[in-house]
Amino acid sequence: MKLELRGITKTFGSLVANDRIDLVVEPGEIHALLGENGAGKSTLMNVLYGLYEPDGGQILLDEQPVTFDGPGDAVAAGIGMVHQHFMLVPVFTVAESVALGHEPTSTGPAGLLDLQSARRRVREISERFGFDVDPDAVVENLPVGVQQRVEIIKALARDARVLILDEPTAVLTPQETDELIAIMNELKQAGTTIVFITHKLREVRAVADRITVIRRGQVVGEASPESTEAELASLMVGRQVSLAVDKRPADPREAVFVVEDLSVLSPAGTAVVDRVSFTVRGGEVLCVAGVQGNGQTELAEAVLGLVPAAHGRILLDGSELSRLAVRDRLRAGIGFVPEDRSTDGVVSSFTVAENLVLDLYDAAPFARGPAMSPARVHDNAQERTAEFDVRLTDVQDPISTLSGGNAQKVVLARELSRPLRLLLASQPTRGLDVGSIEFVHRRIIEERDKGTAVVIVSTELDEVLALADRVAVMYRGTVVGIVDAADADRDVLGLMMAGVPLEEARQEASRHHSSLGEADLTAGSEGGLT
Amino acid sequence: MSSQGTGPDTDQDTRSAPQPARGGDVLREIVTGNAVISVLAVVVAMAVGGVLIAVADSGVRGSSTYFFARPGDTLVAAWRAVSGAYVAMFRGSVYDWQAATFAAQVKPLTESVVYAIPLILAGLGVAIAFRAGLFNIGAQGQIIVGAIVASYVGFAWDLPVVLHLLLAVLGGLLAGALYGAIPGILKGRTGAHEVIVTIMLNYIALYFISWILKQQAFNPGRTGQRSPAVEGSATYPLLVPDLLVPGNSFRLHAGLLVAILATVFTWWLLERSTLGFEIRAVGANQHAARTAGMSVARTLALTMAIAGGMAGLAATAQVLGTERSLTAGVAASIGFDAITVALLGRSRPLGTFLAGLLFGALKAGGFLMQSVTATPIDIVLVVQSVIVLLIAAPPLVRSIFRLPAPPARRRRRPRAARPAGGPSQEVTAP
Repeated sequence: MKLELRGITKTFGSLVANDRIDLVVEPGEIHALLGENGAGKSTLMNVLYGLYEPDGGQILLDEQPVTFDGPGDAVAAGIGMVHQHFMLVPVFTVAESVALGHEPTSTGPAGLLDLQSARRRVREISERFGFDVDPDAVVENLPVGVQQRVEIIKALARDARVLILDEPTAVLTPQETDELIAIMNELKQAGTTIVFITHKLREVRAVADRITVIRRGQVVGEASPESTEAELASLMVGRQVSLAVDKRPADPREAVFVVEDLSVLSPAGTAVVDRVSFTVRGGEVLCVAGVQGNGQTELAEAVLGLVPAAHGRILLDGSELSRLAVRDRLRAGIGFVPEDRSTDGVVSSFTVAENLVLDLYDAAPFARGPAMSPARVHDNAQERTAEFDVRLTDVQDPISTLSGGNAQKVVLARELSRPLRLLLASQPTRGLDVGSIEFVHRRIIEERDKGTAVVIVSTELDEVLALADRVAVMYRGTVVGIVDAADADRDVLGLMMAGVPLEEARQEASRHHSSLGEADLTAGSEGGLT
Repeated sequence: MSSQGTGPDTDQDTRSAPQPARGGDVLREIVTGNAVISVLAVVVAMAVGGVLIAVADSGVRGSSTYFFARPGDTLVAAWRAVSGAYVAMFRGSVYDWQAATFAAQVKPLTESVVYAIPLILAGLGVAIAFRAGLFNIGAQGQIIVGAIVASYVGFAWDLPVVLHLLLAVLGGLLAGALYGAIPGILKGRTGAHEVIVTIMLNYIALYFISWILKQQAFNPGRTGQRSPAVEGSATYPLLVPDLLVPGNSFRLHAGLLVAILATVFTWWLLERSTLGFEIRAVGANQHAARTAGMSVARTLALTMAIAGGMAGLAATAQVLGTERSLTAGVAASIGFDAITVALLGRSRPLGTFLAGLLFGALKAGGFLMQSVTATPIDIVLVVQSVIVLLIAAPPLVRSIFRLPAPPARRRRRPRAARPAGGPSQEVTAP
């Protein structure tokens, strides 16, 4: 089915999320929609899926103009969408999930639920495209990659001929990404049109037939998959960008931060962090890599004291932290950049100035006894925002008026404003634009060069490879292995993220390169990126 | 549920998009929305009250039987009824130009203030709790407990003039604070919901006061449900001195100064103190507060103690100011009206002060309105209820007055769902 968007405009108040966007997707092609976070990709797709009503413009399917009052209309017209975070009920089986929303019922007055036909449908689609999904498996027991296939089956079961995949690889390991790419190619062969939303240059080049780049709500250009990553990046950002982090080799000093045999239990009593040990020296960056949900979050929270450690020791400069309150750990010299900035990092209704003292408000010079000094808080905010180049109109505005990148700079400015022994940052560049990512990375390396021990928890392999001096890979709560960044390559790390021990991963990686690893090699020969 | 804005790589623009507000956001808007809505809510409530006054008026009903023949009669009668009632209310609450002496002319205003004092104090208690994200339904119980202790100190102890009052006030304050701290501590330690705990504590206080009024210490003469009168040394001094006014009948007492001081203190606490910073941070985002090293449990307990202390002060205005003895009905409905006062005042100290004055005026004016125009005083209750209703539904007020919607705030994003198969068994976004 041919999909055409003509002059789609969508505004939210004064924000123009989509500005006269034209897009033509030919039948049976994989069309990548590339753009930074906040560029307007998701808004556009939500318009297409009937979630938003456009303020202007037209949607045409096979040259026929259509209007959607809701996702129901879009689904009926043959559009399917796989959201970045899946819309599945954990305790349902695959067949039940697929039936949900248009449950097949038996004919006759009783109208009983007919799961048999749903099961049949799942099996049919699964076999046709080589999905390998059991209709009777319970969703919560399936790996993420398979859950994603369930979402795709859901769309196909409703006869989707245009499939929108919104950031589908965000939660996948590189190997799972490979499998997804294979599935996308199968679907393409069968004539399904695919719109693939992403901001990852590598994937676009590996899979797309055509690429449309969106910046600030406007289409800024089309590109072919033969374009280099640097070309795509500059098109996406609007200027030349350096994808590599400029850093000197680490100059590691004495061991500063030691985790010994640390275990953390989930509320249900299972070990989410399982006997993890590592040492970080002053002046080096240890990246904790892994697919989201393998215990990294809990590890970081346990280090700060937000969740109790069930077992093991946490040592900073030789002194035990495990029994200290969060406040005392911060005072001992831990700088903490939380994974979820908007939930844990800032109070969104507070002013920028208040957020800049969120963990310093009761210490001199901001407070004397029980009284705070608004003037000092204000002055501090002026200094910090200037130093960290935070773009804002007034430090007394709520931080919710700032973009994600600027809010993250506020968090970083706060944490780096006191003398640190350990900087612990989780997903420090999640949701940021390329310019902010450069800035955050540079500040992290600067902090390292001051002799601070740095731990970065990241699920983005690009970030890990850019920042790390050493990489610890976590899988199901354990550290699979720790490798020097010099020896770490994408394929080996990818296999380790799936739980393969280091040595095996090395052997397997040498036998077979993943397609993204190959893209890596070609990219390397093209322009020395990564 | 839609999928917007959940994960690491979602476009930010979906966050600023209009989407149904979550429960916490709704409560926050109700509790701390803007002052315009408050003022308009009062206007609408008065209009609704006016309609009811007209409907209840016998003259209007009489003329409405021939409405289609002479609609003018009905409208004139309605205008007379409504304006008469509200004019009487104004005379009873602010300034009575028909009274003979100047003293009698301004007395209604002082009466309004007398009714307002406990409402302001208890309202501040509710407002402080709101700012920490706590719904303090327990002002009623905290007032009762504060009143028991303040009155006991007032009538049973024999102390020098200034000290006696100070100790009685302090007793009320501490008793209220301790009683208020209970739900705060339980919430911080065990997560017990403060609404349920405070409601239950209200019942406990209610039955406790009935019981204690039957005890020898509080009821030595077995005369009934009233304690001995509070000693003169423990009462709030009257603010209008006898020598100024012949036949002084002004009840305005120094509790007003306490209310003003408490309002200023609350402002300082919330806007200028480290504890206030913690209260606001915990109220706005507990996760961020905890991550920044604040002790959420401690903050919740302290907040509720301060809230209870304010209610205890409200109790002293009753037992040491206007009533001057303890009765089972000492708290009247102050503890519940205080919730409305805090809501109308948007949990801001000055707003709560003004809202308390308004409610005091409604109460004082209601009496004269009833006696002069035979309009039932229940109209006041209706007006108060409509105010609550409108404040709880800001979009309704906005649509009545065609106000623009507030700028879409960026919503907190829920935590990203974790994939299955890993150690965490949470699976997908619901």
